[in-house]
Amino acid sequence: MSKVNDRSRDIGEYMMRPDDDIIICRCEEITKGEIRKAVYEGMFTITEIRRYLRTGMGLCQGLTCGKLVKGIVAKELCVSPSDLEAAMSRAPMRPIEMKVLGNEKRGGE
Amino acid sequence: MENCADVIIIGSGVIGNAAAYYLAKRGRSVIVLEKSGNIGNGGSSRNGGGVRQSGRDKRELPLAIYGVKNLWPTLSEELGMDVEYYKDGNLRLGKTKEHIKILSNLSKNANESGLDVKMISGDEARKICPYLSKEVIGASWCPTDGHANPLLTTLAYYRKARQLGVRFITGEEVSQVKKIKGKARQVVTKNNVYEGENIILASGYESRKVVQCLTFDIPMNRVLLEVLVTEEQPPMFYQMLGTAAADFYGHQSKHGSFVFGGSSGYEAFNKDNGTPTTSSITASAVCRGIMKYFPILADAKIVRTWAGWIDDCVDHVPVISFVEEVPGLILACGFSGHGFGISPTVGMLLSEMVVDGKTSIDLGAFRYDRFRAKI
Repeated sequence: MSKVNDRSRDIGEYMMRPDDDIIICRCEEITKGEIRKAVYEGMFTITEIRRYLRTGMGLCQGLTCGKLVKGIVAKELCVSPSDLEAAMSRAPMRPIEMKVLGNEKRGGE
Repeated sequence: MENCADVIIIGSGVIGNAAAYYLAKRGRSVIVLEKSGNIGNGGSSRNGGGVRQSGRDKRELPLAIYGVKNLWPTLSEELGMDVEYYKDGNLRLGKTKEHIKILSNLSKNANESGLDVKMISGDEARKICPYLSKEVIGASWCPTDGHANPLLTTLAYYRKARQLGVRFITGEEVSQVKKIKGKARQVVTKNNVYEGENIILASGYESRKVVQCLTFDIPMNRVLLEVLVTEEQPPMFYQMLGTAAADFYGHQSKHGSFVFGGSSGYEAFNKDNGTPTTSSITASAVCRGIMKYFPILADAKIVRTWAGWIDDCVDHVPVISFVEEVPGLILACGFSGHGFGISPTVGMLLSEMVVDGKTSIDLGAFRYDRFRAKI
């Protein structure tokens, strides 16, 4: 059940921080600063951040950065990380070559 | 909090957000209500990103052509962020004589509507896209088609509209639209009541529930489709692709990943728990389809699959319309899986409906009362 979330509520202004250059999503090379800035541009959920910046859309599909992104966004919005819903996990569990995923034959002929 | 605005928009998809932006630009106050916790969580974030004119219903063609000529080329600049629009053409591929017959017919129809689409040989197609397999013996080619990133376009309209003062509220599921003195005015959610001079209903299939409380109906179904995404690949080609056999469609995104939609034939029977869900067989089937056309992609890894619902109208074109019985209400739903490409045009026209009371492109074909029994 989604909670009512007014996207125009005042969360202040984006202020640069010294650690904004740290790379959080290694697959897509997204920095902490980019994630923090996205929150002030209206991206209030992990799913929106993902669609906006591609965090968690690379090879590891967010296994590495999912929690970190959540923590950063929660802090900017002054909510607990547990109030934010994680982005949807998608099949396949690990990247699979087309020729393997598309193979119908037993034994991989 | 003030719950009144000139316009209340139900649905924060690309249509609702585009309308919000064009309305704000013309000085109207707007509130956008979204049922989901996320902006644009329906078909707007779950589509192939096609900005096509070819293969489109004749009735929609003027909207598509207007957008490609006047809105898409400058959209990134206008919204202040890259929506990854590419106008590199659309190839619809054929491998058999039957396919070529289908494609020739489509091209003929397009030409009759004044759109530049021509048939080309397999070798000509390989000149445009060198990665195509020898199995491709011909294609239809529309040089002015293209694609854009639907996730970014939806969020770009949201971001810009929000900057212009549009109020977006997520987690607000609309239960009904109420008439006051014979005019649509109140939008009721579980938690609040909102009021507007105009109400735009742009919530895809969910629009059906809202219009039913106003005692009419839009005949549409929810249809599931599935898409797969590859890992990042070196830049290869930026044409939009489709096939005569309809075994897959898609493109390479700016980021480098390929986004391909397709079908196993079983999507209508996928299990779901209220969210669109992929099956275990579709992505495999789509991979087999793709590899016949693009053998070079056999080693590309699939990193993600997803599913989405389209709001398929009975005659496969949308309802974009005033409602005579309910003054103040404007409908924009039933886009039938090809709303993304025309969304800038539709957003602009919706703003005209509110501000000018009429539109610069005729919307007669999209009226809400066009549905008649066949006998």
